[in-house]
Parts: sequence; structure tokens; C-alpha cells
Amino acid sequence: MMTYILRRLLESVPVLLGISVLSFSILHLIPGDPAVGILGDRATPENVERIREQLGLNRPLHVQYVNWMGNILEGDLGRSARGNVSINNELRTRFPATIELALAAMVISMAVGLPMGIIAAINRNTIIDTAVMMFALTGVSIPIFVLGLLMIYVFGVELGWLPFVGRMDINLVRDFEPITGLYTVDAILRGDWAVLEEALRRLALPALTLSTIPTAIIARITRSSMLETLNQDYIRTARAKGLRSNTIVLRHSLRNALLPIVTVIGLQLGALLSGAVLTETIFSWNGVGKWLLDSIIARDYPIVQAMTLLLAAIYIMINLLVDLLYAVIDPRIRYS
Amino acid sequence: MAATVEPVISLRARRPSALGSRLQSARDFARRLWKSPSARLGGFIVLVCFTIAFAVPIVDSDYQALGSSNLRARYAEPDCVVRFVEGVVYDSETKPRIPWSEVACNYPMGADKNGRGIFDRVGHGFAVTLRTSVLAVSIALSIGSVIGMVAGYLSGWVDSVAMRSMDIILAFPALLLAIAIVTIRGPGLTNGMIAVAITQIPIYARLSRSMAISIRNTEYVTAARSLGTHSRAVIWRHVVPNSLAPLIVQATLGLGTAVIETAALGFLGLGQQPPNPELGKMLAEGQQGLLSGKWWMMAFPGAAIIMIVLGFNLLGDGLRDVLDPRLKK
Repeated sequence: MMTYILRRLLESVPVLLGISVLSFSILHLIPGDPAVGILGDRATPENVERIREQLGLNRPLHVQYVNWMGNILEGDLGRSARGNVSINNELRTRFPATIELALAAMVISMAVGLPMGIIAAINRNTIIDTAVMMFALTGVSIPIFVLGLLMIYVFGVELGWLPFVGRMDINLVRDFEPITGLYTVDAILRGDWAVLEEALRRLALPALTLSTIPTAIIARITRSSMLETLNQDYIRTARAKGLRSNTIVLRHSLRNALLPIVTVIGLQLGALLSGAVLTETIFSWNGVGKWLLDSIIARDYPIVQAMTLLLAAIYIMINLLVDLLYAVIDPRIRYS
Repeated sequence: MAATVEPVISLRARRPSALGSRLQSARDFARRLWKSPSARLGGFIVLVCFTIAFAVPIVDSDYQALGSSNLRARYAEPDCVVRFVEGVVYDSETKPRIPWSEVACNYPMGADKNGRGIFDRVGHGFAVTLRTSVLAVSIALSIGSVIGMVAGYLSGWVDSVAMRSMDIILAFPALLLAIAIVTIRGPGLTNGMIAVAITQIPIYARLSRSMAISIRNTEYVTAARSLGTHSRAVIWRHVVPNSLAPLIVQATLGLGTAVIETAALGFLGLGQQPPNPELGKMLAEGQQGLLSGKWWMMAFPGAAIIMIVLGFNLLGDGLRDVLDPRLKK
């Protein structure tokens, strides 16, 4: 087991190096001088020279890469090209925002997707099963940005039930010192129920939007995985013993069906990062995804490089964790 | 008793010709596909989509994205649709119904902030989005399957190098990679298409590699190789035809993804540039009208995207059940 973990960790090193080179080269693959790209065509030569100096563009390429990578390994993501802001500082508020959104979406999709899949599997080939499967198919076919706009229109504009801009009402959190940076968690830790209510109200629409695709996929995989285990001999034995059907479904069937479900949940957590770019943009949610997009439009390439690397590295780490979890859940699988 | 002996010659006569057997299997395939309700519905939707995408640019060939502005019709409501709903839903006593002959139908889907008819723009945007996605998937399918088949068939260092590069591409979430590529190459429809294609290459490369590996070890390939057949010929004659089925299934499902990604890039302002229509771009414009209740700017392009994606997903599911029974849910 240890050797397997070690080998997987070592195997991910070349891939991580590959993405670091790719993220680094974004700046250098843009046609023309990146400094002119950042400042625009009418920049004065002095300003261009200043930016070139700031980005280290006057040094040889490999020196630039080693410096950039060295700083990142030391935990310094660099400074933005505009305003010379420390990316680390900005990330301290942006990263928890994305994590909060992704976790909320994951909780919703597990709470809805798992029961849906189980119910569909138990009622195989009935109208309930068909309805669940139709929902799952529609769920993967509606793009996030269409659904997000629909939610805004229905719940935000027409019914006026929920706010749909930003994470928090600034007036509520003026003297609210963050602990984890997740408003919901911080509010519970401090017992500040007004903040908690506002945080949840603002989280509702984006989290619901982001959760549809994972909900649909989890429902599908739960159903097919449950159908497989429900046909096994030990289920028939359990029925013959006269066990309650709830016990059979939850203790005997679901537990054995979990392996593919866990895999899919892990992979979806990674995919949520992609969805976060769109969801955060639609709901003006100041997280990492929106920052990446804003920086692309503002041509602030150091931020683009750092965020691309960060998101891809997280994605790889999640995939690695899922693989390792696989080995932990199912002892029959012998790696190494 | 001698009459019961079967004439040997009939064996030859009964053997079907190559063309005949191909026709037979095509007919079998069509019959099995027809039995699947999801393939039937999906196929119908896809057919409608392609018809629209082909017909609109031909029927309305002199469409000018810039010239169609009409500032008097800014944010015009979808006239006949709204009248129809009012006539059906509302009480005709309190709200006298306008006779149908007097209902104008200049903007069946309303108009946008420049007074351009959404109906025309959805039609042309539909064609653009679908064409871009089909091209992206074709590029990804051809490059990916060549890489995968060659890597899988030759194995060794070619395989290692090719598959590790594919791993790096797969390490990025698809939309993120597409955004990064567009950042490098600059926003635009062509660059967006290239970006979507690159994100999909590894999917086809992996699939065709696994097919190539399993086919490489079959007896008929060993036989062909021992007869001195060149690798290229073996790949072309044996590996390609036998890996087609899963690749077709994957490409159909991949088309749905490509449509979503093309539209997402357009929505983020990184794909099609104004004033030309594209479904994702139109949704971004629709977002601006949403706060003031102009639902039609977003509803019709949104519905069009959902229709395309749903069609491809349904057809892909149906095809998978028929072509690749091992993957059956």
C-alpha cells in the first residue's frame, strides 16, 4: 500500500512539471511583447521597460522559469501586473469563496443524487425510474450558464426570493474577522445567525446551479451500480433470511455499490472547478474562477499563470486522492 | 434414398457477397437502433438541428449582422407569442382579444438591444455553434484516433511519449484549458474551435489506443503480420474498422460537450465576437436584459442550446446501447 501511494505520488511529478511549463509559457506564447500586450499599443517605452523589468522578461527564458517555479515552491505566487498586488494576499479571500461554493454544490448533489439513484434502482423499469433518468439526462444537457440565468430570472427577478449578486452584504460583515474565510462556517463558529442567514441566502442560487451536473451524474452512477449489486447472490440470501428491505438496500447493496460512486464523486469535485469559472462569473461571486476570467480580459498574465497552475494542480491532486481512496475502500484491489 | 444428398454446389451459392453482407449488417443496425426510444428521439432532434443549421444560411443568405439593427424596435417583445399566450391564458372578457389577422409577427422571438430580431439571430447563431462544434469534434477525432492507434499498435517509447502528453492535456479541466488556449491565441470563433478540439483529443486518443492494443493481439493481426503486411496497412485494414463503433459513440457524446464548450467560450466573450450571432454570445447579451424582465433575449438561445445538447446525448446513449453492448447501463 505504501509503495503504491509513493509510486502514484512520483508518477504525478512529471504531469505537474508539464502543467507548470504550460502555465509558464502562456505569457511567452502570446504573439508580440507581453509587456505591450499588458499595457496596450499606446504605452510609453519607459512604462514598457518598467513592466518588462517587473516581470523579469529581460532575463533568459530558463532563468525566468526557474525563478518563477522557485518562488511558487516557496509559496509565493508573485504579483499582479496591474497595481502590483500580491497574488497570495488576494487569494486569501478568493480561494475560500470558491471552496465554499464547490463544497456547498457537492453537499447538495450528494444529498439529492444518492437517494434519487437508490430509489430509481429499487423501482427499476417503473415510471419513477424513468422520471429519475429523464431528470439525470436533462441535468447533464443543460449548460451551467443557461441554468444560472434561468435561476436568476425565476427566483431572483420574477419571484424576488433570493439575492443573486456577490457573497455577502458588506454592511453585515464590516467587523467580521474571518477564521476560515468560509462565511457559513465562520458565522456558525461565532454564533452570528444574521450573517449565517445572509450567507446561505446568497449561496443558494449559485450552489444549486453548480450542483445540477454532479447531481445528475451521481444519480446515474448510483442507479447502475446499485442495479448490479441488487442482482448478487448475497442479496437473495439476505432476502431469504427475512431481513427488512431497508436493511438490505442500505447495508448490503449500497455499501457494496459505493466504490464507483465514490470515484465519480471525487472526479466531479475536480470538474466543479471548471464549472466554477462560469458560475462565479454569472453570480458575481468573487472566487478564483471569476478572478481568472477577469484577469484574462484585463490581460494580467501573472495572475492567469498562477491561477491556471493552481486550478490544474488541485485537479490533479483530487484525481490522485480518488485513486488512493479506491485502494483504501476496496482491499481486494492489490496495487504495486 | 440417394435424393436426400445435398448438392455441394449450393454452399457456394448461399455465401453472401461482401456488399450483400454489409447491406445486411447496416439493415440490422438500423433496426436495432430504431428499437431504442432514446436513439429515435435523439436522432430526430439531431436531424432537425442539422436541417436548421444547413437551411438557415441558404434561405437567409444575405443576412447582415450589422445591417439588421432597427433602433425603433429595441427590446421589442415577442409579438405573436405574447399575444397567443394572452389570448389563451387571460380571460378574454376583461382583455378583449385582438383578432389573429391583426396580430403582427415581425419579431416572433422578440428583439435585442439593437432592435435585431432574435429569431434571425438564433437561426444563424444555431448554424454557427453547430458548425463550430462539428468541426472541433472532427479535428479532435481524426488527430486523437491517429495518435491513439499508432501509439497502441507500435507501443514502446512512441506509446509512452504520446500517452504522457495526453495525460498533461487531461490534467486540465476542459474549459480551463480551452480558456488558456484562447488567452494565448486571442479570442475568436476559430481559436475557440481549436481550443475545444485540443481539449477533446486525449479522449479519442485513449479510446483508440485501448482498441488498438486489444486488436493487435488477435490472431488475424498476427497472421497478417506474419505474411509481411506493413504496419500502416494493418492499422488501416484491421485496427480502424474494428475501433469505429466505440469512436462513433464517443464522438456523438463529444458533440454535446463541444456545443456546451463552444457556447461557454462565446458566453465568456472569448469565442464569437460581436456583432455576429452565436448562441453562447447571445446568452451573455441576454443576461444584461434579464434584470428588466426581458426574458426572451435569453430564453430562445438557451432553449436552442439545450435542444442540441439533449439531442446528441440521447442519440449517443442509444448508439452506445446498440453498437457497444458491453457498455450497456
